[in-house]
Amino acid sequence: MNENLFTSFTSPTMMGLPIVTLIILFPSMLFPSPGRLINNRLTSIQQWLIQLTSKQMMLIHNHKGQTWTLMLMSLIMFIGSTNLLGLLPHSFTPTTQLSMNLGMAIPLWAGTVAMGLRTKTKASLAHFLPQGTPFPLIPMLVIIESISLLIQPMALAVRLTANITAGHLLIHLIGGATLALINISAITALITFIILTLLTVLEFAVALIQAYVFTLLVSLYLHDNT
Amino acid sequence: MASVVPLKEKKLMDVKLGELLSWIPMRDFTPKGIAGAFQRGYYRYYNKYVNVKKGGVAGISMVLAAYVLFNYCRCYKELKHERLCKYH
Repeated sequence: MNENLFTSFTSPTMMGLPIVTLIILFPSMLFPSPGRLINNRLTSIQQWLIQLTSKQMMLIHNHKGQTWTLMLMSLIMFIGSTNLLGLLPHSFTPTTQLSMNLGMAIPLWAGTVAMGLRTKTKASLAHFLPQGTPFPLIPMLVIIESISLLIQPMALAVRLTANITAGHLLIHLIGGATLALINISAITALITFIILTLLTVLEFAVALIQAYVFTLLVSLYLHDNT
Repeated sequence: MASVVPLKEKKLMDVKLGELLSWIPMRDFTPKGIAGAFQRGYYRYYNKYVNVKKGGVAGISMVLAAYVLFNYCRCYKELKHERLCKYH
């Protein structure tokens, strides 16, 4: 029990060969590129969803921020599809690995900060001091604001990792508990099974919400800096 | 019986059983050839099940079922220990 709770999070190998790259590339097969004016149903549904999401997410930005649309849309598609595919039985979810989430969060956050420092240096440095702070508090507040700035990429990555990993672990544990309870008491097993169903519904929602939150926060950092 | 089309260009279903052993080495096993084979297979599936006027849920659910099966085969070694049996 102790060993196999976490084995589903190890890097996948098949006959000794690491296939984690193939698994990360798999969701791209589910998004065929639209070639025509009127596409097949799958492509039309995906097109409609992406248009809906991009309008909702990119309206708040000015022209300079809207150049990031492609990046943010592919980010939300990747995280959403990877999280949803991880809910299939026995599958490996790349977003449970902190390494990958750091690899997504740090460059995007650093890009927004660098862009802000380059184009609007004074305004982006002014973020460090909220308006109307009393004079004696200024040094401490600058330190606090800079710490909160530097912690943004860590928070992005750890939030995604922890949410998805915790959800998967809960499903494993409650599913195991249901199986173990069947022989002991059928009614308790039924209650646990209902809990498992509700949890799975929650996990579907969490998968999508986490993708949205990640992308929204990156877009917020972008908005601050353009 | 003499073949009208040269053996090299025949598709698998047109090759006679006796010619099979000499047909297989004639196929293109270079990386480009293997990539071409994957591409042909992908488009065969895509055009048959997804890229149709009234595609259904079958097109994508077959892909997901194959993905689940692939992952099951990948983890079989660890899953072997979780079977219901008296002695592990």
